[in-house]
Amino acid sequence: MTPQNTDPVYLDHAATTPMRPEAIAAMAEELGHLGNPSSLHAAGRRARRVVEESREQLAEVFGARPSEIIFTSGGTEADNLAVKGLYWARQDGTRPRGNPHRVLTTSVEHHAILDSVRWLEESQGAEAIWLAVGDDGMVLPGALRAAIAQAPEQVAVVSVMWANNEVGAVQPVGELAAVTHEYGVPFHTDAVQAAAQLPVDFAASGADALTVTGHKLGGPVGVGALILARGAVPVPVLHGGGQERDIRSGTLDTPAIRAFAVAAEACARQRAEEAERLAALRDDMVCQVQAAVPDAVLNGPPPGPDRLPGNAHFSFPGCEGDALLMLLDANGIACSTGSACTAGVAEPSHVLLAMGADDSRARGSLRFSLGYTSTKRDVDALGLVIREVVDRARRAATR
Amino acid sequence: MTLRVLAAMSGGVDSATAAARAVNAGYDVTGVHLALSANPSSYRTGARGCCTLEDARDARRAADVIGIPFYVWDMAERFHRDVVQDFVAEYAAGRTPNPCLRCNEKIKFAAVLDKALALGFDAVCTGHYARIRSGVLHRAADPGKDQSYVLAVLTQEQISHAMFPLGDTPKAEVRAEAARRGLAVADKPDSHDVCFIADGDTRGFLARHLGEAPGQIVDTSGAVLGQHQGAYGFTVGQRRGLRVDTPAGDGKPRYVLDIEPVTRTVTVGPADGLDVTEITATRPVWTGCAPPAEPMECLVQLRAHGEVHAGVAWMDDDTVRIRLHHPARGVARGQAAVLYDGDIVLGSGTITGTAARTCVPAGQDAT
Repeated sequence: MTPQNTDPVYLDHAATTPMRPEAIAAMAEELGHLGNPSSLHAAGRRARRVVEESREQLAEVFGARPSEIIFTSGGTEADNLAVKGLYWARQDGTRPRGNPHRVLTTSVEHHAILDSVRWLEESQGAEAIWLAVGDDGMVLPGALRAAIAQAPEQVAVVSVMWANNEVGAVQPVGELAAVTHEYGVPFHTDAVQAAAQLPVDFAASGADALTVTGHKLGGPVGVGALILARGAVPVPVLHGGGQERDIRSGTLDTPAIRAFAVAAEACARQRAEEAERLAALRDDMVCQVQAAVPDAVLNGPPPGPDRLPGNAHFSFPGCEGDALLMLLDANGIACSTGSACTAGVAEPSHVLLAMGADDSRARGSLRFSLGYTSTKRDVDALGLVIREVVDRARRAATR
Repeated sequence: MTLRVLAAMSGGVDSATAAARAVNAGYDVTGVHLALSANPSSYRTGARGCCTLEDARDARRAADVIGIPFYVWDMAERFHRDVVQDFVAEYAAGRTPNPCLRCNEKIKFAAVLDKALALGFDAVCTGHYARIRSGVLHRAADPGKDQSYVLAVLTQEQISHAMFPLGDTPKAEVRAEAARRGLAVADKPDSHDVCFIADGDTRGFLARHLGEAPGQIVDTSGAVLGQHQGAYGFTVGQRRGLRVDTPAGDGKPRYVLDIEPVTRTVTVGPADGLDVTEITATRPVWTGCAPPAEPMECLVQLRAHGEVHAGVAWMDDDTVRIRLHHPARGVARGQAAVLYDGDIVLGSGTITGTAARTCVPAGQDAT
């Protein structure tokens, strides 16, 4: 169990990825400056200029107009604002046949969406419609159309994630947005996982609202954005000074916003080569893991355009995910069971269950996610120990 | 090669200090908190139990301070099946279980130990107050904290992989040491009661699980004195809460003498009706001596923190027979009878029958 005398191997970039040096430098520099971007004096104007330049950079990266970017404290806040805010905005009493109360989403969303939708259902009179996914985690556009077409006037908002955080399934967001728009319903997508590895173009996607966050692409934790198309005006979740177009209140975090923009730009600059490099590393990893453990099941879509390049997710039959994680951790390898924890009690992944996996397959799974600092050494380190770790975890599970 | 030790960390001061001592002793220690409820907030809250979110956080912070890796293991299913359901079933059968003992036997030194060994650990370390010398379980140095009773069900194999670093130390010193080590749990109150009964109301807990099961309260002559809503609300030796209106003929207090689970009849009577000298016990475990074929002088403890009684014990087929030199009172079926030679734990069994008069043949379970 003693860690090897090597650097730790970090295969959990989907949880958070190292801050890029240029983002750290930008943030550190900005932390030394005074000024609230909402203040009218010189110090405030200086901070405001930094925020607006950052907004322009981010707009450029994500194919949006600067005015469409609403800064938030991160992905969770942006998701809450999109789902709750757009739902509330549709409860305006302007329709003769009543307010739309259905929220359409998938059963594989991040908890920021899942739990927001459940809350709307439990306390706000919404009706949640959970779109099924295939055994690869992909949503079928036909299923979305069928669900909306039942009663289009009753659908308040649709939210489908761009790329799944656990199994890396890349949803046909453009197609889904187009279907949704045919019925005049706003479409939101959580692009938190997609933003670092795929060309996320807001305008081209056709989405009305899109969530991104800083720390998945080399920026700091605690800053993100909801990108909102003209006409999509959510009711605020946070009330206060109205700093972000009266849609989001709270003093803007100039250093974090600056670092977010710097990281996003660096990420975008390298994205094409990085995606290719990560896909090759990932394929190598899948190959090594399946060679070492022939019955390991790769969950999610096959490597290719339908899967995030840096994502691999396996079920190891006969193992408990927590035992695997602990043994890998002891070998200096960081990964994730991809499951939600309360008091650390691992629940079987709702994503795998939605994909039709049984409880034991869902529990015996691990996510390995690559990022911009990943190298072949990381992949080889995993390949070297995975057999022994799985054997040991299997013995522990059969007791 | 460094011994790899898994420290079970409840979130309390004892297990945290035990883990720290294991580190100082040179072992390669990993901390594990056992999540025993699928819904942690449903168990006892506040700094009293071993199963809450707060306890998990306390354990994690202690592991941080000690500087060891920390994980949470989900043992909720096993705990529910082997401890909670067993607890309910034992009461339903008219017995009085000890859930801590069962948890040690089935969870900490079975499910957890087995998993730990399979994962490459050599031992499980806990904050129990007991000592292991040459593979034999002994009482702790602090008689007020001694927990050898709830560990006496462990087999030789289980003991050989157990580590109790606190056995030599009085509790007060452990708290002082925890404070010196900077462990925030140094002054956290001791846990009491049953950790999975959030409000401490055992009778209410059993009523929720077993429902109403009314029966009669009778005296030793069989005369009906009253009704009860569930025999599980009683334990042998209990005096309070009998809710019998008819006063005893002699005006003396009455105690629960017997619980008959099938007819749900609770027999009450005077204190001397509680006197027991003959005890039978099953599921014997002998770790401090060979199973005695002939009566062997020993000390007998019949409940946690109970007094010890001098007597003899011997094996009769696979049953332990115990004869006390002087009567003991309030001996409940389902509790463990633990046999000692001084501080040495010789063995244990689960009490299945008791009798008062020495003239009753040892094979007969007069109840």
